[in-house]
Amino acid sequence: MEDIKYIEPASLRDEMLHLRNEKKMDFLRSLIGMDWGVPTEGDAPDSTRGLGVVYFLESTETHERTTVKTSTLDREHPELPTVSDIWKTAKLNEREVFDFFGIVFVGNDDMRRIFLRNDWVGYPMRKDDEPEKENPLRMDNEETVDETTEVELNPDGTIKDKENLVFKDEEYVINIGPQHPSTHGVLRLRVSIEGETIKKIDPVLGYIHRGIEKMNESMTYPQTLSLTDRLDYFAGMQSRHALCMCIEKAMGLEVSDRIQYIRTIMDELQRISSHFVFYACLAMDIGATTPWFFGFRDREKIMDIFEETCGGRLMTHYNVIGGVQYDIHPNFVKRVKEFIPYMRGIIHEYHDLFTDNIIAQNRMKGVGYLSKEDVIAFGATGGTGRGSGWHCDVRKRIPYALYDKVNFKEITYNEGDSFARYMVRMDEIMESLKIIEQLIDNIPEGDFRVKTKPIIKVPEGSYYQAVEASRGEFGVFLESHGDKYPYRLHYRSTGLPLVDILDTACRGLKIADLMTIGGSFDYVIPDIDR
Amino acid sequence: MEITKKPKIKDIPYDEFNDNDSLQKIVRELHEGGSNVAIGVLDDIINWGRGYSLWPLSFATSCCGIEFMALAAARYDMARFGFEVARSSPRQADVILVNGTITNKMAPVLKRLYDEMADPKYVIAIGGCAIAGGPFVKSYHVVKGVDKILPVDVYVPGCPPRPEAFFYGLMQLQRKVKVEKFFGGVNKKEKKEKSEE
Repeated sequence: MEDIKYIEPASLRDEMLHLRNEKKMDFLRSLIGMDWGVPTEGDAPDSTRGLGVVYFLESTETHERTTVKTSTLDREHPELPTVSDIWKTAKLNEREVFDFFGIVFVGNDDMRRIFLRNDWVGYPMRKDDEPEKENPLRMDNEETVDETTEVELNPDGTIKDKENLVFKDEEYVINIGPQHPSTHGVLRLRVSIEGETIKKIDPVLGYIHRGIEKMNESMTYPQTLSLTDRLDYFAGMQSRHALCMCIEKAMGLEVSDRIQYIRTIMDELQRISSHFVFYACLAMDIGATTPWFFGFRDREKIMDIFEETCGGRLMTHYNVIGGVQYDIHPNFVKRVKEFIPYMRGIIHEYHDLFTDNIIAQNRMKGVGYLSKEDVIAFGATGGTGRGSGWHCDVRKRIPYALYDKVNFKEITYNEGDSFARYMVRMDEIMESLKIIEQLIDNIPEGDFRVKTKPIIKVPEGSYYQAVEASRGEFGVFLESHGDKYPYRLHYRSTGLPLVDILDTACRGLKIADLMTIGGSFDYVIPDIDR
Repeated sequence: MEITKKPKIKDIPYDEFNDNDSLQKIVRELHEGGSNVAIGVLDDIINWGRGYSLWPLSFATSCCGIEFMALAAARYDMARFGFEVARSSPRQADVILVNGTITNKMAPVLKRLYDEMADPKYVIAIGGCAIAGGPFVKSYHVVKGVDKILPVDVYVPGCPPRPEAFFYGLMQLQRKVKVEKFFGGVNKKEKKEKSEE
């Protein structure tokens, strides 16, 4: 259970600056909006009420972690101080909280809605909001809004509204997406250009916002599992693993060694298959078609292994609370052991065709540079962070499952360009093979599933569990009030920071490089929009 | 004399397809007033060509899109059936495969994409989400079935459907194209919207 310290909104900024500067907490892992309801008479004296925010912080030097929360009781005009000038990643996250809960952050210069339409009525994640009642399907084209209102705090404590413009009138803004082949889904980018040079990028999100977090609040725990596969469909195993671990941790359920072995192997297979798609799509974005066929050809081999054991190709639905859905197929070990030497024998084709290609190298080397400070400030984990020399692998930082027992290297590159991000993924394929090789022969006998009660109830409290998904740290935040439904279930998106940092990586480069850089970030849109 | 048409798909006998009744109903309706001999033959030739060169729009919002990509890749290779030219521009596409969930924010965009396509155009709803909302049916931000905003020709259930199911759906569309009248009669009558004054 997470120990969360409550801070009054008035002293929040001082406390946050203290944590940032004295304690060197430079990585804001998660910023989560909450609705704790209105105060009632039966409340315990230390219970938190109102609309608020939970902050998860970590120091990249000392690996010290802390969690704080704040809240306001005003439901009409809830206002909280911003932390977006302390951590850059907070800016987009605070927009998300504003969109879902209506909390205005004083000092954040961009308070537009992020996922929902501008003409949306109400704030859907509030417990007393009925989003469907006032929001029928609107078929008129949405107007793009450039004006945003910033709430500023004057030195004398009064509040003043200030109008900000995202793009000025004289800027030349082009629209990319939501239907565009190289945005990897329905991402929409508004790009201000001068000639061919990018001046600013403004991502418009929400075209695949499916309201998963709100749906979770009316689902039982086993039901919530099925939606995790559909968040980031290249990391279905890992996301589901995270949610299962979070619920198991909350219930105090221990799983057997066999389950840990199976889960670790499956996670790594999923990672390899995701990196194949990364390779295929990055090459496709640059204009090379053949690597695309290579990536998908070998991905099918992993799909076969999944299908035999799980019954599904893409949606595997394999992890369940207290174990896995089915025992591994009798052919599983044999198939995986055939796959490892096959992959090692064929990886040179990938490198011959694409890595050593002079066009690919020219398009990627030195393009889209991100410093280590940038990636930490934006919380861009995964291959993007490791390509800039940040040791952010959750498997090493906070080991879970069997990752503290196996021997593997955390791949990092210091160049920080697209090529480094690409090489991180290619090398990780080999590391994942190494992990699987160490485990596959030693899967112990035992149960593949721990018996649980038919109705799963989680003790009261807040829980957080992170895993290293295919493209970064995926976190599950669960707040339970002791019911069979979660009170709040939040997923830390692996892709949101990547879209956020796109602006920093692309400024001053040519518009054609935007696709290469986007490809090297490897974001998946349903995971961003949730 | 009633006109019967049994569109032929290579290696799959006519009777092995499901829902032949709907196809025959379309044939009956289209040929109610009979069919000209010369133009009828010309129709068959043109529809044969159209059926094997349906260009899909590369449109994907979520998970089903990945299976669509697998369909175009080495193992499943949809080029064998004439679908290989996935277009990025709706103006060059014949068929839109609605791969994945359509949210409230996306719905006007999808409608606009469909409107930009040139006639004759077809819609295939792929997967549970596009058919009826799928696992997200209770969500506040999901369109419960793409047929609320577009006329759908073929539904392919699954979450996501297997690549084989994609092929089956695409072949059903081919059969539908093959019984249509290209000349004489209208392929698809769109209701003219009454202009509001």
